[in-house]
Amino acid sequence: MTSHKIDFLMAGVGGQGTILSSDILAEVGMMAGYDAKKSEVHGMAQRGGSVETHVRWGEKVYSPMVEQGRVDYLLGFEMLEAARWWHFLGPHSFALVNRYRINPPAVNLGQARYPEPEELEALLKTNQATVQWVPATEVAVELGNQALAGVILLGALSTRLAVAEEVWLDVIARRVPARFVELNKQAFARGRALVSS
Amino acid sequence: MEKKLMSGNEAIAYGAYLGRVRVAAAYPGTPSPEILENLVTYPGVYAEWAPNEKVAVDVAAGAAYAGRRALAAMKHVGLNVAADSLFYTSYTGMQAGLVIITCDDPAMHSSQNEQDNRHYARFAKVPMLEPSYSEEAKQFTKLAFDISEAFDTPVLVRSTTRISHSESIVQMEEPPSPTWEELPPYKRDPVKYVMVPANARRRHPIIEERLGKLAAYFEGLDINRIEMGDPALGIVTSGVSYQHAREVFPEASFLKLGTVWPLPVNKIREFASRVKRVVVIEELDPFLEEQLRLIGVECTGKKIFPILGEFNSGLVRDCARRGGLIAGEAAQEAAATAPSPPLAAELPPRPPMLCPGCAHRGMFYVLQHYKAVVLGDIGCYTLGAAPPLLALHTCGCMGASIGVAHGVDKAGCKDRKVAVIGDSTFFHAGIPPLIDVVYNKGATTVIVLDNRITAMTGHQDHPGSGRTLAKEPTVDIKIEDVARAVGFQKVDVVDPLDFKATRAIVKEHLESNEPSLIVARHPCVLYAREFKKPYQIDPEKCNDCGICRRIGCAPLIRADGKMAIDQLLCIGCGFCAQICGRKAITQVA
Repeated sequence: MTSHKIDFLMAGVGGQGTILSSDILAEVGMMAGYDAKKSEVHGMAQRGGSVETHVRWGEKVYSPMVEQGRVDYLLGFEMLEAARWWHFLGPHSFALVNRYRINPPAVNLGQARYPEPEELEALLKTNQATVQWVPATEVAVELGNQALAGVILLGALSTRLAVAEEVWLDVIARRVPARFVELNKQAFARGRALVSS
Repeated sequence: MEKKLMSGNEAIAYGAYLGRVRVAAAYPGTPSPEILENLVTYPGVYAEWAPNEKVAVDVAAGAAYAGRRALAAMKHVGLNVAADSLFYTSYTGMQAGLVIITCDDPAMHSSQNEQDNRHYARFAKVPMLEPSYSEEAKQFTKLAFDISEAFDTPVLVRSTTRISHSESIVQMEEPPSPTWEELPPYKRDPVKYVMVPANARRRHPIIEERLGKLAAYFEGLDINRIEMGDPALGIVTSGVSYQHAREVFPEASFLKLGTVWPLPVNKIREFASRVKRVVVIEELDPFLEEQLRLIGVECTGKKIFPILGEFNSGLVRDCARRGGLIAGEAAQEAAATAPSPPLAAELPPRPPMLCPGCAHRGMFYVLQHYKAVVLGDIGCYTLGAAPPLLALHTCGCMGASIGVAHGVDKAGCKDRKVAVIGDSTFFHAGIPPLIDVVYNKGATTVIVLDNRITAMTGHQDHPGSGRTLAKEPTVDIKIEDVARAVGFQKVDVVDPLDFKATRAIVKEHLESNEPSLIVARHPCVLYAREFKKPYQIDPEKCNDCGICRRIGCAPLIRADGKMAIDQLLCIGCGFCAQICGRKAITQVA
């Protein structure tokens, strides 16, 4: 594996906006000069199920999907959904996880337990990955729209990647509806601030 | 020219546009809907949603008969519906290019069965191209029109979920000329186009001869490419499997097939002669492997790589390691064999479920209440089968519900029973069985869950939504009118989010002894963006009876041992408030 390859995995719950965020991330990769690929699965209803999206940047990318143990960055939109992918992480991996919980149906029916955040963090660290919690939904609600959580996570992620901030902002401006551009830029900046301080 | 990130489906549409497609038709089955949704945006292209895939292929065939390049797109099982039309177009050929896109769904992300549509190419004796990523999806679709015209045959282009719904970089090209030559008068050639036995018998040898010519042409086509590396291992592959295999075997030699039917037999033999060992890497059936064996090329395939599901590079790597094709890296081996932490096995699953506020929930709650046997169909509402509703008991294919219910009835089953079918599914294949019920004196109750849109596949219009694919207003065909027109006399319309009204009407229909139909009409809340103020539970009034939990709505959560409503998830449909006996649920002011 060359060091020029960066593999991202986004995990969340249908309706949280993982697809828009992964669209932005893939395009930022292309604008930064990488070969970029993205893969997702959708079509089985719209809300509430587990969703994951793969994004890969590299000099030359073949498979559109990331591989177990080889993910560089995991973006968790929801705590449990992030933890499900623990085995895709390795010692080099960095997980940014939204400190936000959505109960799956079995938990609401009292048939299963939602693990404590500390347990989920320990699971994510099984293969010595680094884990950082981000209050993305909390900040998004503060900004007036929970759907901004994805861009806040991207803001946090951007501090760890060697891509100019303007590239991110350009792509965001192209990808979100015109009337939400300023709000999304604000959310991106908040995301950056969450991890840089 | 610039480059753009495109999904496989966007690239197929772009390639068809560059290939001067004039008419396109499809039924939106996952993973295919984005092809037409993109195609309709290009100038000079007419694109429509057909009620089903068979109609889509007939429409495309007609356009191609008339002399315009045409395309039909569908999911893998859609080609089952359209198979009749595929077979006659194979015999007739056309005046202009006809391309049929089949989007297979290995792993059944959103399908009722796993099906390898490469078999259809062989079965119908037509060529099939298989791209591996978006740039090829563009090129191959464009090329397919040329092949179609050069060989007078429909051409299948096969995508899979991981091609259709993956994005990669596509080179933009000069747009085709915006002007069209006038269409010449319709060419009448009954011997070629009227498939009565005498004519069809004349056509069959031409079809066989055509396959031979295609095979010869494919030998020299550069989309069937030998990429020589280490001759110790030669991999024959196509589609997305090529990408996964390239990750795992960076040093190996490859024969990358862009045409999977007919096969370039000589090129395969040449490749086999240049490598020590041939391994076939293909998802689903051993289609290439069997063909290689038939031409005497010794190879390994399904002994190492599974017949089930979808591949990814991790799976290919694991299989290759177990099959002795690659040496294990120590770290990977250790990771693969290390025990999983106990918590990993305990994580509660999060299956797809009805959305918060979905009106289907109201009907399923009532059907569960009456303990009805529910013969179901394909759509979001199939999720009514999931716990806690458990209110749907069969689901086979598009339109099956009504015929199955009629059969259950005719078998003499005494249980209360209903057929449940969605609006788009009703127009797709629900009308002939509806006629069957009346014609053969059945007493089936049919419930059409009419949410005014094809919701599951991403909100596509249909004959009952009042708009075309191009979003132009059109006739809005009323399901109740169709039912009355074919002879149903007991027909009612109800809003399934109105609990009391729905309960009363369902009871009345279940108890009637005549064919009856209920249209349960409420727009998909996500499409109509019907987001109201959320509801809340008064902890003083709630006695934790658990009734609200039975509707399985995600915002109804347990918090600190009590029922509560997640304010970020609730969209304010108010159904739970209607069933709460304690009146403990109220809308936030």
